[in-house]
Amino acid sequence: MALKRNVGLRGISYRGGGPMLSWSLHRIGGLAMVLFVGLHIAAGFFMQQFGSNWATVLNTIYESVYFQLLIVFIVYFHGLNGFRIIILDIWPKLLEYQREATWLQWLIFIPLYALTAAIMVMFTLQGG
Amino acid sequence: MRSRTAPQIGFNFDYLMFVFTRISGLTLFLLAFIGVAAAFYLGARTQMDVGALARWTFFPNPNHVTNTNIPDVTQGWANAWWQIMEMVILFFGVTHGMNGLRMVLEDYLGGSWGRVLLRGVVFLLWLFVLIIGIYVILAS
Repeated sequence: MALKRNVGLRGISYRGGGPMLSWSLHRIGGLAMVLFVGLHIAAGFFMQQFGSNWATVLNTIYESVYFQLLIVFIVYFHGLNGFRIIILDIWPKLLEYQREATWLQWLIFIPLYALTAAIMVMFTLQGG
Repeated sequence: MRSRTAPQIGFNFDYLMFVFTRISGLTLFLLAFIGVAAAFYLGARTQMDVGALARWTFFPNPNHVTNTNIPDVTQGWANAWWQIMEMVILFFGVTHGMNGLRMVLEDYLGGSWGRVLLRGVVFLLWLFVLIIGIYVILAS
């Protein structure tokens, strides 16, 4: 009987919803930033002191607009989500509205990121 | 992975790092606002892309901002005030990040001895990044 059960795609998806998505993005983005900042500091050190080839290559990648679009997304999201967590930690009564807070956070994040990304893409297209 | 319980309030490592994460997060916001305001004040208003503005904001080092359109970056940036600001932002940023790395690692890995080992490795990594970062600040 159990083998005949049709679960479809719902079976493999985790239905944690918006808060789960925020948690994952916060965590993955945080680790990505540790990697980025750590490697960037190391690359800066080795470029400044020894003129290393790998450091120059790494910093060239970091200067490209595609990488910067990604890192701006991560930084904005991590910052806004962290700010929401701090506010809810200071006033635990607000935890009742954490789903609404998550929606509000996306409502702030989307225009902010869209504006920044538009400026970045415009600069790139102008060759500036 | 077990769900993480809230740390016991008191003078213990977990609670201190819990508080530090919040405070350093807010501090990084404050430092970023100061950095953006100063970057605009010192001439980032025109001919500057977002990447360059971010470099001025978070790490206003003469080596770091050379490929911008401002001809003389040593004017206004290469002084003790900005060196100290760079060190403060470096300390809060790296410590916040490394503590986050420790928390994520401890969520998935390590028994009682593994945890000691992991904390040792993350501590050495933290010290290494902090030292080379300060070296870059002082040597440029």
